[in-house]
Parts: sequence; C-alpha cells; structure tokens
Amino acid sequence: MGEFLGVALAVAAKDLRVERRSKTALVSALAFAVLTLVIFNFARDAASLSRTAMAPSVLWITFAFSGVIALNRSFTLERENAALDGLLMAPVSRGALFVGKYLANLAFVFAVETVALPLFVVFFGVDLRGAAGGVILVAVLATAGFVAVGTVFAAMTVRTRFAELMLPLLLLPFMLPPVTWAVQATARLLSGRPASEIAGWIRLLGLYDLVFITACLLVFPSLMDE
Amino acid sequence: MPDRVAARRIASRGLVLIAVGLVALAGIYLLALRFTPVERFQGLPQKIFYVHVPAAWSALLAFSLVGIASGLYLWLRDPRLDRFAESTASVGLMFSIIMLTTGPLWGKPVWGTWWEWDARLTFTLILFFLFLGYRALRGALADPEERARFSAVVGILGLVLVPFVHLTVYLFRTVHPQPIVLKPSEPSLPWEMLRTLLASLAAFTVLLVGFIMTRYGLGDGENLGNGEDRGKGEAYGR
Repeated sequence: MGEFLGVALAVAAKDLRVERRSKTALVSALAFAVLTLVIFNFARDAASLSRTAMAPSVLWITFAFSGVIALNRSFTLERENAALDGLLMAPVSRGALFVGKYLANLAFVFAVETVALPLFVVFFGVDLRGAAGGVILVAVLATAGFVAVGTVFAAMTVRTRFAELMLPLLLLPFMLPPVTWAVQATARLLSGRPASEIAGWIRLLGLYDLVFITACLLVFPSLMDE
Repeated sequence: MPDRVAARRIASRGLVLIAVGLVALAGIYLLALRFTPVERFQGLPQKIFYVHVPAAWSALLAFSLVGIASGLYLWLRDPRLDRFAESTASVGLMFSIIMLTTGPLWGKPVWGTWWEWDARLTFTLILFFLFLGYRALRGALADPEERARFSAVVGILGLVLVPFVHLTVYLFRTVHPQPIVLKPSEPSLPWEMLRTLLASLAAFTVLLVGFIMTRYGLGDGENLGNGEDRGKGEAYGR
C-alpha cells in the first residue's frame, strides 16, 4: 500500500513539475476559463435574464469545459518522446499510474477552478457569503468524479487522430449527471436554501465519485498493457 | 479458413432472420393500422407507439449487450467478443436513431412540440451519444487489438453510466407517458393493443438479432473500425 501511494505521488509530482516549469497549459486553461465567463456575460440578454439567474449554469459550464481542455493535456505530455513507454517499463502497478495521473489532473483542474471561482463572483455579482463552503464542497465532489473518467478517456484518445475532438465527444455524456447535480446544488446554495435541500445532491455526487473512481481504477490497467 | 466459413454462415443466417423480421414488420403495420382500435384521445398518431417502443427496447437491449460483451472481452480477450460488441453497437445506433425520430413525430401532434427536455427523451439522447462516441473512437483507432481494448472500456463505463443518467432524469419531472405494460400492476392496455405491441417487440427483436448476425458475419475480424482505415492497406491489403 505504501509503495502504491509512493508511485502514485511520484507520477503526480512529475506531472506537476513539468507543468510548473512550462506553465503553458495552465495559463491557457485559465485564459480559456476566463474567456468562457466573459462570453457568457455577452451571450446573455440583460433585459430578460438576470445575472444571478444564470450564474449556477455559467459556473458549471465554465468548469466543465475548462476541465475537458485541461484533461486533453494530461497524456499529450506522455506521447512526446514516447514517455509513456518509459513509464510502463517501470515495474510499478498500473493502478498506481492511474492514481498518479488522476491526482495530477485533479490538481490541475482544481487550480483552474480556484482562479475561475473568484472571477465568477466578480463578473456575475454573486454573493458567496454563507455559501462558499457549500459551493467548494460541491465543486470538489463533482470535479473528482468527472476527472476520474476523463483521465481514463484521455489515456485512450491521445492514441487517436483528432484527440482534442474525441475526448469531449466521449466525456460530455459522462459529465451530464455530476454537472446537472452540481448546478442544482449550486443554485440552491446561492439562493440560501436550507441544507436539507442540498444534502441529496451532495450524496448523489459522492455516489458517482465512489462508483466511477472504482470503475476507472479497475479498467485503467487494461488500457496500458502493450 | 474455417473461421471465415463460419462467419459467412452466421451472416447468411442473419439475412434469413432479417427477411423474416421485415415480413413480420409488414404484418405489424397491417395489424396496427387495420386490426387495432384507434386510441380515443391521441387518435392515429398513437400508432407510432408500435414502432417507437420496440425500437427503444432494441436500442436498450443492444446497449446492454455491448456493455456485457465489453466486460467479457476484457476478461477473456476473445476477438469474437469485440466483433460482437462492434456489430451490436452499430445496430443499436440505428435503432436509437429510429427511436429518436419516431418520438418527435408522435410528440408534435400529441404534445404540440417536437422536442421536450423531458426525462426519458434526454436519457435516450445520451444513449445515442454514447453509441456515437463508441463508434467514433473505433473509427479513430487503427490497431485492432488496441481498438478492442479501448472500446471495451468505453462499453463498460457506458453501462455503469446508464443508471446515473436514469437517476438524473427521473429527478426531474416527466411528460413522457408512464410505463403501461412493464409495471407492478396489470398492463393497462386493451388486449388488441397489447397484442400488436408484443408482436412488434418480437419482430424488432428478430430484426435486431438478424442485423447483428449479418454485420458480425460480414466484418472480417480485422476491419472493425468504421471503414475509415480503408485504403490504408492494412485492412484490405491481404
């Protein structure tokens, strides 16, 4: 178990180190998230739709789309110079590789969300006081689920032509449940509804995470055997 | 090669089943239009029910089969399972298109709208996109062994996703007719209508099996993409 975690953390640290040194992907994903927020503001008919009514959907579409952009990066890194082959030659479990890639992707998507959330508050005039904890919890749970599936799919789509197109095509149907639940929960949090109304959505998100992280851990090794 | 002879035999048996299914389908049109009473409130558009429900049934059945075959493939690594999953997904995609086109044709006169973001409609649309994604991924991978493994993973995860999509859409209100046959109490359908529906379900299932068998037999085991590899030499150059 200790070795498993050690390998996973080493893989994650490697990915994050590469990212820290180049910063290209992170900066691009951030810019993408901010641009999405800006476009939504102009795509709204100010006379008929208030900013707050649209806010939860905007937040989640931004998170979902920047998530896909961020995940695309995950394995392109490994394709260059056949880095993945090197990684696979190491005598480590494929499950640990998955956890490592997953953790790195999670950190990456969380970083984008951490920057996008305050900007969202500013751009959309949302009052987060009292709801911040809840929104962060929802964001963590929803992101944890779809990044797991996204990590598996990114490992596959990187081997295809049109990888950038293939990943959203496969992943978006899988994002539908967590993103829908997250929008519902966020809308209730922002309008100050009691916690009992949100608990159900949180539980669903938790269930999704549990099921899909397990499923991904189980299927990932079969993507990696050569 | 004995394999190829066997495949051809499966394809020709599939063709027979398709012929039987098509004749039965013509009979069902006759049965539905001529010998089944017109529903009092919906009128003639209700007749589409005898095509729509069996198409949805076939699409769902195909989807489950893809998921199961995918799971078995990752376990046994038998290329025939992959070939079966591919055939089933292609046929399932076709049935989901029938389901998605007959639905709005019924919805317009009865609901007054082509499309409604209703629970079941959204669910079937997602099903369609899963089939589409599965096929697109296959088309974009050239190595047969890799393609089999990767698409099996999508097939399994898709099957895991289905209950979640189901759950999501049922938490929202639905305008889709509630189940009238498969429900805890007695079917609330008059016998003449139930008879036509059951006959149609049988005909569609025969067609589903026939199409799957034919496609399974005609694919030559190494060309399981969507034909995108054609001309690259590796699939047809033997």
